[in-house]
Amino acid sequence: MSSISHDHAHGHGHDDHGHHPTGLMRWITTTNHKDIGTMYLIFAFTMFIVGGLLAWGIRAELMYPGMQLWDPERFNSFTTMHGLIMVFGAIMPAFVGFANWQIPLMIGASDMAFARMNNWSFWLLPVAAILLVTSFFLPGGAPAAGWTLYAPLSVQQGMSMDFTIFAIHIMGASSIMGSINIIVTILNMRAPGMTLMKMPLFVWTWLITAYLLIAVMPVLAGAVTMILTDRHFGTSFFNAAGGGDPVLYQHVFCFFGHPEVYIMILPAFGIISQIIPTFARKPLFGYASMVYATASIAILSFIVWAHHMFVVGMPAAGLLFFMYATMLIAVPTGVKVFNWVATMWRGSMTFETPMLFAVGFIFVFTMGGFTGLICAIMPIDIQIQDTYYVVAHFHYVLVAGSLFALFAGTYYWLPKWTGHMYSETLGKLHFWASIIFFNITFFPMHFLGLAGMPRRIPDYATQFADFNFIASIGAFGFGLSQLIFLIAVVKCAKGGPKATAQVWEGADGLEWTVPSPAPYHTFEEPPHVK
Amino acid sequence: MSQSHAPYYFVPEPSRYPIFGSVALLLMGMGAACWMNGVNAGPYMVAGGFAILIYMLFGWFGQVVGESEGGKYNQRVDVSFRWSMGWFIFSEVMFFAAFFGALFYVRVLSVPDLAGLESRTLLWNGFTPAWPSAGPGFSEAFTPMGAWGIPAINTLLLLTSGATLTWAHWGLVNGNRGQLKLGLLLTILLGAVFLCLQVYEYVHAYHELNLKLTTGIYGSTFFMLTGFHGFHVTLGATMLIVILCRVMRGHFTADHHFAFEAVAWYWHFVDVVWLGLFVVVYWL
Repeated sequence: MSSISHDHAHGHGHDDHGHHPTGLMRWITTTNHKDIGTMYLIFAFTMFIVGGLLAWGIRAELMYPGMQLWDPERFNSFTTMHGLIMVFGAIMPAFVGFANWQIPLMIGASDMAFARMNNWSFWLLPVAAILLVTSFFLPGGAPAAGWTLYAPLSVQQGMSMDFTIFAIHIMGASSIMGSINIIVTILNMRAPGMTLMKMPLFVWTWLITAYLLIAVMPVLAGAVTMILTDRHFGTSFFNAAGGGDPVLYQHVFCFFGHPEVYIMILPAFGIISQIIPTFARKPLFGYASMVYATASIAILSFIVWAHHMFVVGMPAAGLLFFMYATMLIAVPTGVKVFNWVATMWRGSMTFETPMLFAVGFIFVFTMGGFTGLICAIMPIDIQIQDTYYVVAHFHYVLVAGSLFALFAGTYYWLPKWTGHMYSETLGKLHFWASIIFFNITFFPMHFLGLAGMPRRIPDYATQFADFNFIASIGAFGFGLSQLIFLIAVVKCAKGGPKATAQVWEGADGLEWTVPSPAPYHTFEEPPHVK
Repeated sequence: MSQSHAPYYFVPEPSRYPIFGSVALLLMGMGAACWMNGVNAGPYMVAGGFAILIYMLFGWFGQVVGESEGGKYNQRVDVSFRWSMGWFIFSEVMFFAAFFGALFYVRVLSVPDLAGLESRTLLWNGFTPAWPSAGPGFSEAFTPMGAWGIPAINTLLLLTSGATLTWAHWGLVNGNRGQLKLGLLLTILLGAVFLCLQVYEYVHAYHELNLKLTTGIYGSTFFMLTGFHGFHVTLGATMLIVILCRVMRGHFTADHHFAFEAVAWYWHFVDVVWLGLFVVVYWL
């Protein structure tokens, strides 16, 4: 972080008075979108390590049949906290970090629309992380109801559940403030001439993602509030004896939960849509259709939630509706994959690390998309519900999808952020290690799931032993591979070959018109976009 | 760009207030969780956190008011505030939607299901699913809250308060400060009377109707929906009081008063939520 230029000489006409705090106070009080973006990214990577250690705990237990390391309660708290930390602590904050760094640079704005609130959006996250991680040390241990916190399990657990509920409230407040900031920045602070349909696709996907966040985070807040009052104040929302229904929780949660998975993937689509044209040296194929496809996915995400609940009990008409609505999402997603491939078609491609991750993303994410389609088919889902097939599916879309896109984006914009080129050798090593170990970890889980191995159980029948062993080896390798990423990024921040302003030969867009590293203040006078 | 010295868009200085807000919410969240589980330190943590939160709100909003009156906010910043208030109210709508959705779900699906063939023969013998219902496991008698007493009066009060607020806005736009102050004062009073009647209604429910938060799903949905609404009325009235104080100090002009409008939007939003409550919680 030390390499970020703090040079005020660039900022002509800026009426800062030059008494900016330094040291730690700079980071605590900052209103600069680049500082805040950096903090989001560092926080996300830290939580990624914490969540990854929990994943190692899970895979260590599952390496051999029989009970090895943890008692079942502890194992369940590992799966629960792994999910919560990766979703709310790693993936979402990382994308917000990208939004903070890139959106003002890409639309020619001087900063985010509400710079002080931007600071608070970030500094609420460590608070939520403290509440979440503290829960491991409370009587009864961390929550063990699964990251979905389904009633009645979540109603019955110890005080760590209350810590988790308040952590979710605080993260929700952070997300809502962050999203309002992003939407207002995009709608109100674009440089003259930057019409909506000229915006880079990353900005478009974040506009739609922020809308989804504002729509569904309050619903999650409502759901966990009902758990809280059921736990402590005698309400009966999820209690059948009082006229409520545990299934009600699943409906409210999944109404949040399905848009949430698009919240985690749409910005990834945006990053990939920036990278592919750069390294194919061709404009993005079908820009307008990409925008409409993104919007369609967002709208459809509100009417598919009960596909998470096919075995819970629903009228047949409901089952059919949610099945067909879910399968409909394959259409706009297919449009996207087609457009990415069509962009590469006859392009003069080179395969630097961002492009490797982007192409890897398309390949592996599409596999996750296909297994999603299989899960959407209700008669099949009844067989594979709550098996490792589902675990394989969502790790293909969230790790190979969201996470690989985050890596791609980091390598792509790192020279702009630090002013140095990263080591291409380390980057390529990181890519190949990641994609190989990723597949070693998660591909066998498809077979485990089809053969009937249930998820969230610390032990299994001996016929599952071989595939589990392979998956655990893959998980350890995948975790270690991420150290290469850490080394590559730290090395790049400390030094390396000087990056040019444009960085990549085929790069196009406003962020490539400012020097590398990007000055502390950019676009105080907006550029004119033709 | 025509402005010579004023920045194209105002970006504030580094600020200490956000970290105060974060510490406040940490103390309040942790304290509330401890309190609910009988840890002695809980209430003190909540109180400390709340005090810090109040300090932060005064400081932060005070700074924003100062910047606004100091002329740092140009038209572009004003548009940002308008967008953001609209999206914030949208998030509030979705929060209430979760609880309205829960109410519809239990009325249409879960309560009738409990009297379905399997449930009735195997679990809840003789349960009749008429709404209002506290569920098959609830044995005490209770009286549901009627619509045409206090709730109807409250509906009138809130609708009138919407009108007085608009009247105050006309005063502001036309430069009639007396009308502005009177309209604001009337709105705040109507909101306060609404809240008093709501408290009276809750006391009445607890003592005479045996209707409590613990009265099955009817009690849960009734008190959570009306309670969160009452909380929002309290917030809205507090914001109106702040606006009135600012008016007394001579803030706002006919063409620069978005704080007033934001609070008015919020007040009308609370009003509309009440109409929904009146129809589906009290009346139908």
